[in-house]
Amino acid sequence: MDKKKYEEIREKLQESSVGIAGLGGLGSNAAVSLARAGVGRLVLVDFDKVEESNLSRQYYFQDQVGRLKTEAIKENIERINPRVMVEIFNCKLEKGSMERLFKDVDVVIEALDDAEMKTAFIEEVLQKLPGKPVVAASGVAGYGRCDSITTKRLGNLYMCYDEGAPSSEESVLIAPRVALMANWEANLAVEIILG
Amino acid sequence: MSIKVNGREVDWVENETVKQLLKRMKYTFPLVVVKINDEVVPRNLFDQVTIPDNAKVAVIHMISGG
Repeated sequence: MDKKKYEEIREKLQESSVGIAGLGGLGSNAAVSLARAGVGRLVLVDFDKVEESNLSRQYYFQDQVGRLKTEAIKENIERINPRVMVEIFNCKLEKGSMERLFKDVDVVIEALDDAEMKTAFIEEVLQKLPGKPVVAASGVAGYGRCDSITTKRLGNLYMCYDEGAPSSEESVLIAPRVALMANWEANLAVEIILG
Repeated sequence: MSIKVNGREVDWVENETVKQLLKRMKYTFPLVVVKINDEVVPRNLFDQVTIPDNAKVAVIHMISGG
């Protein structure tokens, strides 16, 4: 690839910002992937602490168990790419103000776990922040089924989607498929940013 | 007189609400995001908002896991 084009892409990513709601399997992996890609600013929101069981799929380490996910992920990103500006918010997203922290980012990624919260988040952000691209995922649980995952685009909503997938109550959440979906979301965000 | 639901052509029914359409389509998923002609319909309005003729309706099934 010629140097000029490479520089253009690098600059565009450097000037861009992505907000991520939730720092579990989807959010932690998407955040790290976007940091590696060189997105300039990340707004990361979660209220939870790292648990031992999270390590089967989430981007944390043994010595971070018990720590806030927001602080742990910030530390991990700084070890990978210290040029990324990481803004963390250690709070629970509440219905009625879901969009509050994402007003000034270029792309919003839904990375929540519970279907009820996912639905509420997508609804609210689409309604209250018209024009804002929202990337979401549904059908993360289980394993295999690679070819059943598709991107479903509906206006500003980009869904990483497998409607036949089991829910997390019915099946396992493990790294290969969770990371696949997380990076699918990150890849969509990059595509939106680069146009 | 027809509408498209997730790309599938079905009859348009006058005064049919989102809730009734979901029932007619046998979409029993507990949690869905519904868009009519690219506008999201809040869930609390499913039993009030009616589907216009020629509408393009998208129903996205949200599954837990993340």
